[in-house]
Amino acid sequence: MSKLSYWGENLRLALILLAVWFAISFGCGVLLADFLNQFTLGGFKLGFWFAQQGSLYGFLALIFVYVALMNRIDRKHGVRED
Amino acid sequence: MGLKTLTYIVVGLSFALYIGIAFWSKARTTGDFYVAGKHVHPVANGMATAADWMSAASFISMAGLIAFLGYDSSVYLMGWTGGYVLLALLLAPYLRRFGKFTVPDFIGERYYSDAARVVAVICLIVISFTYVAGQMRGVGIVFSRFLSVDISVGLAVGMGVVFLYAVLGGMKGITYTQVAQYCVLIFAYTVPAAFISLQVTGVALPQAAFGSEVLDGGGRLLETLDRIVTDLGFTAFTSGSKSTADIFFITLALMIGTAGLPHVLVRFFTVPRVRDARASAGYALLFIAILYTTAPAVGALARLNLTATIQTGPVFEETANLRYEDRPGWFRTWEETGLLRFQDLNGDGRIQYYNDANPEFAVRAEAEGWRGNELTVDRDIIVLANPEIAQLPNWVIALVAAGGIAAALSTAAGLLLVISAAVSHDLIKSVFARNISERAELRAGRISAAVAVLLAGYLGFNPPGFVAEVVALAFGLAAASLFPAILLGILSLRVNKQGAIAGMLSGLVFTMGYIVYFKGVFVAPFAANTPENWLFGISPEGIGALCLPRFRRSVEGRDAFAKRQDDFMRLLRSRDSGG
Repeated sequence: MSKLSYWGENLRLALILLAVWFAISFGCGVLLADFLNQFTLGGFKLGFWFAQQGSLYGFLALIFVYVALMNRIDRKHGVRED
Repeated sequence: MGLKTLTYIVVGLSFALYIGIAFWSKARTTGDFYVAGKHVHPVANGMATAADWMSAASFISMAGLIAFLGYDSSVYLMGWTGGYVLLALLLAPYLRRFGKFTVPDFIGERYYSDAARVVAVICLIVISFTYVAGQMRGVGIVFSRFLSVDISVGLAVGMGVVFLYAVLGGMKGITYTQVAQYCVLIFAYTVPAAFISLQVTGVALPQAAFGSEVLDGGGRLLETLDRIVTDLGFTAFTSGSKSTADIFFITLALMIGTAGLPHVLVRFFTVPRVRDARASAGYALLFIAILYTTAPAVGALARLNLTATIQTGPVFEETANLRYEDRPGWFRTWEETGLLRFQDLNGDGRIQYYNDANPEFAVRAEAEGWRGNELTVDRDIIVLANPEIAQLPNWVIALVAAGGIAAALSTAAGLLLVISAAVSHDLIKSVFARNISERAELRAGRISAAVAVLLAGYLGFNPPGFVAEVVALAFGLAAASLFPAILLGILSLRVNKQGAIAGMLSGLVFTMGYIVYFKGVFVAPFAANTPENWLFGISPEGIGALCLPRFRRSVEGRDAFAKRQDDFMRLLRSRDSGG
């Protein structure tokens, strides 16, 4: 972890989160939607829920996770902005 | 007090508020004018971005789209929100770290080329004017529907208001009016939605309500809805009629387009620090998601309400179709506006609302004496009629009018500002008259904002024929030109100015050419499931990204170009924050 440069850590975090981004929207909401529709969640077919609600909540969570982890990486590398 | 008087008062008050903010936040420097002095709090910037982003189409049309498209409408829900993840992770922090004023600024400096800057300005202006034409039309339509004034009068009033706060306040004025506009529009959207949810399911939170049981004991809302609409020959709400590949590529194209729209990108220049840029992308999506997760619930509830009002019992039972004489009050109101139209094709005095484009069902209906679908529903009615269907007081209806106008004005103002900044900063200050004074540049900014407002107004009065489609066109153009130039400029050291210029131009030309070529098809750009169409879905961003030839720098480290570029990249990726 410490081997990576600031930019390297930046990039790695973004790539990991983008993989999740792809999985929840294009994965669960589109490609696997028909398969997931056999399950239900709170009255929703699961694939449908991911496409119309779940992926949006996921996007939100992803950005705030990114914000928190980037702030940590900033601190680790001594980034001062104040 | 009559509804119309009340609407005038509420809309008038909202205008007074926007104009008040304009005077309070007058821009004094070019920094104020372009990026609100970089003093905007991330939460305020999030709200402003949300208002900037959500246009009249999001506010008025989206729930209706969802109501009638069902699962297929997910392309808009995911496409118009997923782009914010790309923005937050890949673009916003680096644009802020770069720290200047505009998107063409970034491209010009990154590729160390005035030519690249000018090409970026051209792309930006084409994208923004296509988009703004649709918004100005939206302003006029909201005015004419709620205040029953002529579309052109509505347009003129809207232009006047935007003129005041965009020309006077620049980005500073726009930012704080957008914050106010967001509050107006989100209140106007969620309150009727919550009441309708409560009435139908007993759950006030729309996001949960549309998965709940309906109160009259018909089972889960979505199951009921699926059953009712399939009984009438429509596609089930929760399953789509588009192919998976189609959905996939359209969603991708909309996401990338979202992340490449200049009026959204520029908002991330206005916050004090890089970390604020990251956070404000999160807040922006939060504020957008409040509306976007409510919209599917509104769509589903409204579709159920509408269908169940007309089909009151089992299909093909003679008395199960609503008698035209017995239609509810809101039905009559919206009939007058032409948004609902009934034509008694079989002359039985009852309304038959079904999918006569479904051949199998049409045959059965024919045998039962139905002579075709008798009800035409404009999708905009879903949001506009909501408060009446929920029997909410008149002030809520008035508020919906103010909300629709707020949504259109905020987007129009944001677009007009990026246009004026591109002209005064990127053309005049950076290319044609480098030694122009700060005051003169500010004046140039105001003048170009004024010209942009007038031009946009002209486009609103004389729309280019296909208003709904031009917004989709703006996305395609943004995805094909600006997005790849910025993203590759950040991620790759090897893309140079020739590549960037060639890429932006070919993206722009290809996308425009495609639209001209498929003009007929493009009317519903993402509707028909044909290879041409999913080629379009992928091609805007595909062609743009592919066209950036990855020339190796032939002059590595040898001249000023490469040196400048290396310094620039070091700044972008470093821990140091920009100015």
